[in-house]
Amino acid sequence: MLLPDIISLIQAQTAEAVVAASADGLHPHVRVKPERLLEVCSYIKTEPQLNFDLLRCISAIDRPQEALIELSYDVLSIPLNHAIAVKVMLDRARPEIDSVCSIWPAAEWHEREAFDLMGVSFKNHPDLRRILMPDDWSGYPLRKDYQDLTEYHGLKIKP
Amino acid sequence: MNDIRLQSQPDLSYQDEIPADVRTEELLVNMGPQHPSTHGVLRVVLQTDGEMVLKATPHIGYLHRCAEKIAENVTYPQFVPYTDRMDYLAAMNNNLGFALAVEKMAGIEVPPRAQYIRVIFAELNRIASHLVAVGTYGLDMGAFTPFLYCFREREWILDLFESACGARLTYSYITIGGVRQDLPDRFADMCEEFLDFFEHKIVEYNNLLSYNHIFIQRTGNVGVCPAPLAVAYGLTGPCLRGSGVKWDLRKAAPYSRYDEFEFDVPVGEGRFGTVGDCWDRYFVRVLELTQSARIVRQALQKLSPGPVEAKVPRSLKLPAGEIYSEVENPRGQLGFYIVSDGGRSPYRLKVRGPSFCNLSILTALAKNCLLADMAAIIGSLDVVMGEVDR
Repeated sequence: MLLPDIISLIQAQTAEAVVAASADGLHPHVRVKPERLLEVCSYIKTEPQLNFDLLRCISAIDRPQEALIELSYDVLSIPLNHAIAVKVMLDRARPEIDSVCSIWPAAEWHEREAFDLMGVSFKNHPDLRRILMPDDWSGYPLRKDYQDLTEYHGLKIKP
Repeated sequence: MNDIRLQSQPDLSYQDEIPADVRTEELLVNMGPQHPSTHGVLRVVLQTDGEMVLKATPHIGYLHRCAEKIAENVTYPQFVPYTDRMDYLAAMNNNLGFALAVEKMAGIEVPPRAQYIRVIFAELNRIASHLVAVGTYGLDMGAFTPFLYCFREREWILDLFESACGARLTYSYITIGGVRQDLPDRFADMCEEFLDFFEHKIVEYNNLLSYNHIFIQRTGNVGVCPAPLAVAYGLTGPCLRGSGVKWDLRKAAPYSRYDEFEFDVPVGEGRFGTVGDCWDRYFVRVLELTQSARIVRQALQKLSPGPVEAKVPRSLKLPAGEIYSEVENPRGQLGFYIVSDGGRSPYRLKVRGPSFCNLSILTALAKNCLLADMAAIIGSLDVVMGEVDR
């Protein structure tokens, strides 16, 4: 199935959930409303014509100028050999979104990483805690305005 | 006199205190971060009941350097050495993954000779990486000898790498636009010489380790990962193929002229147990050794004189936009997601490490297994912590 067909199928089947879409370019994607993410993801996984069964990656991008945090869910279909990304824009002040762990268990660690490094909170995640940084760390290192701690448990941190 | 005689009698009073059924309780066992079988600084907290592991919780991050944040502060060519240090057993493949992503975005056309050199080195590195995986897996299972043989052959590959770029582990040889320098004289002959020697050795590994009765008993039917579970957890590479899923990015979405080569994609067949057990994951790697050697031979034939580097501007700027690009690494699909704002360094760079995704299945795979099988399961996933933590 070609990319424009995939996008129009998603647009047709998930009523008005898709805000924007891009079939050309190096990163074809559909941007959906955050509150409809779970519905779209579960559709693209279960629909036999799409069958996006493998979640490759969840990437979070900080955009302080627009006060947004962007999430990109890169998915792949092994039986049909096609790929697309599903994107959502979240409010930077309170980034919160439904977890997709129930659809792709692979999301568990990717979401923990986004929580750890970007401070995105995932609703109904089975075990949402920091994954790479220590549990008692404060701040989210991949945010653009992140300031290094000066001290951690009595240890000086060099800038 | 009476007292002494009484004391020499065995004291049987404790027998009344032992209950009819032995009561056990759950015990938390800390495996790692310094444990020979965790292949680096991985810590797994095991909730055990006797010999059974009820739950295994991996704790990662001991090697976290936040390469993604570093990337935002360096230029694109400057980031190449950081990719070496992610999966440090397959640095060539990491270089290739990053270079391809940047080239696709910048629209750089790589000369044919450089593309074949890239394939040669990527496949040689795949062999080297699988040799470490196979050798250390034997070590985990208590077989020391195969490890020495595997490292002997790996050493030869490292010598070939050293002759081409001077480094033995962190190469930075495949750069944006091509490769850093042309092959040394006689490289093709040296490479052929190695392959002639190496291909016969695979039979030796099989006799020594793969078909060893004890090894099969330790790995067959252990840590079984059915195909739907493997896909659900985003497994790629030999771990996915070990579960019987025929999926290889070199075939599915060929890059760097992989479509010109003939090779097979081996999958797990459950020869000594169930499809997707530890033995299958291990044996897929052994079979891939032969396939990689096949590709290297073909690529050596295709080499023709020519430039090895495209013209890349000294201060490389990528057009604003984004890309998600993946390559097939020895451990699975390595993805680079680059967001550019038109500047000299990435606005955001996200790395999808195959080891990271492959390790996330550990809790599901190690549920209700035996304590002694933990080493078999972790080893069969073949994770490199440098890439898990990045």
